Amino acid sequence: MSELTLTVMRLGFLAVLWLFVIVAVQVIRSDLFGTRVTQRGSRRGGEARPQGRQQAAPPAPRQQSSGGRQRRGAPSKLVVSEGTLTGTTVALQGQTITLGRAHDSTIVLDDDYASSRHARIYPDRDGQWIVEDLGSTNGTYLDRTRLTTPTPVPLGAPIRIGKTVIELRK
Amino acid sequence: MSSTTHTSTIGAIGAPSRRNTELALLVFAVVIPVFAYANVGLAMNDEMPTGMLGYGLGLGLLAAVGHLVVRKFAPYADPLLLPLATLLNGLGLVLIWRLDQSERLQQLQKNAFGTFNPAAPNQLMYSALGIALFVAVILIMKDHRILQRFTYISMVVALMLLLLPLVPGLGTDQFGAKIWIRVGGFSIQPGEFAKIVIAVFFAGYLMVKRDALALASRRFLGLYLPRGRDLGPILVIWAMSLLILVFENDLGTSLLFFGMFVIMLYVATERTSWIVIGLGMSAAGAVGVASFASHVQARVNAWLDPFACYTTSNACEQIGQSIMSFGSGGVLGTGLGQGHSDLIGFAANADFIFATIGEELGLAGVMAFLLLYALLIERGVRTALAARDPFGKLFAVGLSGAFALQIFVVAGGVMGLIPLTGMTMPFLAAGGSSVIANWALVGLLIRISDTARRPAPAPAPNPDAEMTQVVRP
Repeated sequence: MSELTLTVMRLGFLAVLWLFVIVAVQVIRSDLFGTRVTQRGSRRGGEARPQGRQQAAPPAPRQQSSGGRQRRGAPSKLVVSEGTLTGTTVALQGQTITLGRAHDSTIVLDDDYASSRHARIYPDRDGQWIVEDLGSTNGTYLDRTRLTTPTPVPLGAPIRIGKTVIELRK
Repeated sequence: MSSTTHTSTIGAIGAPSRRNTELALLVFAVVIPVFAYANVGLAMNDEMPTGMLGYGLGLGLLAAVGHLVVRKFAPYADPLLLPLATLLNGLGLVLIWRLDQSERLQQLQKNAFGTFNPAAPNQLMYSALGIALFVAVILIMKDHRILQRFTYISMVVALMLLLLPLVPGLGTDQFGAKIWIRVGGFSIQPGEFAKIVIAVFFAGYLMVKRDALALASRRFLGLYLPRGRDLGPILVIWAMSLLILVFENDLGTSLLFFGMFVIMLYVATERTSWIVIGLGMSAAGAVGVASFASHVQARVNAWLDPFACYTTSNACEQIGQSIMSFGSGGVLGTGLGQGHSDLIGFAANADFIFATIGEELGLAGVMAFLLLYALLIERGVRTALAARDPFGKLFAVGLSGAFALQIFVVAGGVMGLIPLTGMTMPFLAAGGSSVIANWALVGLLIRISDTARRPAPAPAPNPDAEMTQVVRP
């Protein structure tokens, strides 16, 4: 057998062996990054699924464009500043945030004075964030005033639910 | 109906079964050894080897059986374990066959035993037996937690397996170590099987006792030292492995058992002190035994100065020969079938098979093989991480730890990093017990990983939810 053939085979074998190792590592990669983030439905739950998926995309660009039109200081996150959940933040991306002790709330309050569906915070058409009390037992307070109607939330104003205080921040 | 929220959820990727990935890799893992086989034939005899078709079909058949059984009975198992084991086993067969072709080794065996028996056909038969055991493990054991019931029985069984070679008439003293037993013309190495059985005991025992071992401790010099009475088990295992060393002259097995116990102890308790204590105890034990057991003493001397053996002719030239093999291989090796690793006369296709890889495939090949082993071990540890029950976690860690230790001990011994111990390179080396036991080990890991990766069953419907349904007008 010619020298050349054998050299080619020798190097070829090493290459194939390493190719196997590399392919095996590629297979492993999917396990190393073993979690994925899925966007769950949008807006009203009653809508048909394909429609919901179509609408899942728009909020982000809309937020950006309206944010540009609006004043610069549109809030970008919601922060829990007092209570057992202190430090929790939720990014505001045009979605409705529900607060309460119910397990399906966006922020599940572990607070004796909170109702299971206590309040919600949502953006109106202009991108202004509104807080609305959902008929809670002990009430929702914006600063010192108890809410009776949906009220716009200024940046940094404390929303009190029982012992929990929530603010919108940039 | 309240408005749903637009939140992101983080969840595990809905574990796909990945059986097709496994199949593709398996095809690859059968093709590579066939390529190697052709390469050896062309290099040594200038022609395609005659047995190539039969060999390729045999390996392919074994892989296919393994794959089908996994596909049917362990559909969520890790996709890499089976292809990696198949590739290693297939390449081991090629290397053994290649060493069978060496006229020098044939002549040596004729001088010693009168006849020459090629080792490769036997090895293929043992591989088939190994696959059969692999299939049996997957078929019989529907859930690895069954083994938990046999914690103490497996301790007794493992001890008996370890002691069998010492039984007069049954055990045989070959090549300076009493680790074989001879049953009806076959010599069996019970230690290979004991390795798996004792992992069951360690896992079951540590699962129950780990809290006592982990929590009751005193802090001293930055280490959490266990209480005196908690040292009991580790002392017993230490004494046992020392006894194996003294009576069976088998450094490898005793290192394997003690190391495995320390690894599992560390995993169970998360206490670094166990590793420190374990290393200290094994060092003390090794030094102590080496100072009076002549067999171990000779091994240590051969390790300290491998080339001194050539002047004293103490029949310990193998390490020197093996180191020269690795050296002459260089980075890319001499090519399959074109090296002279057969100059290591004795056990060239068993303990020293790694030297053949070092010479004929070079550093690149050695690294690839070590990576293949590392991947296999990684999958084992990954299985342990994914397992949901503590017994499965510990068991998987124990099995992969034993596998890793064995590779370290053999490869390190052959390369002159640590004193040589008589152990086999899993899947590569000629030796029936080793191949069969390691296939069983892979079968166990596949069963655990199937249980671990199986998606959780859907939660039972909440009865309360039924009662609070909204009735719409």
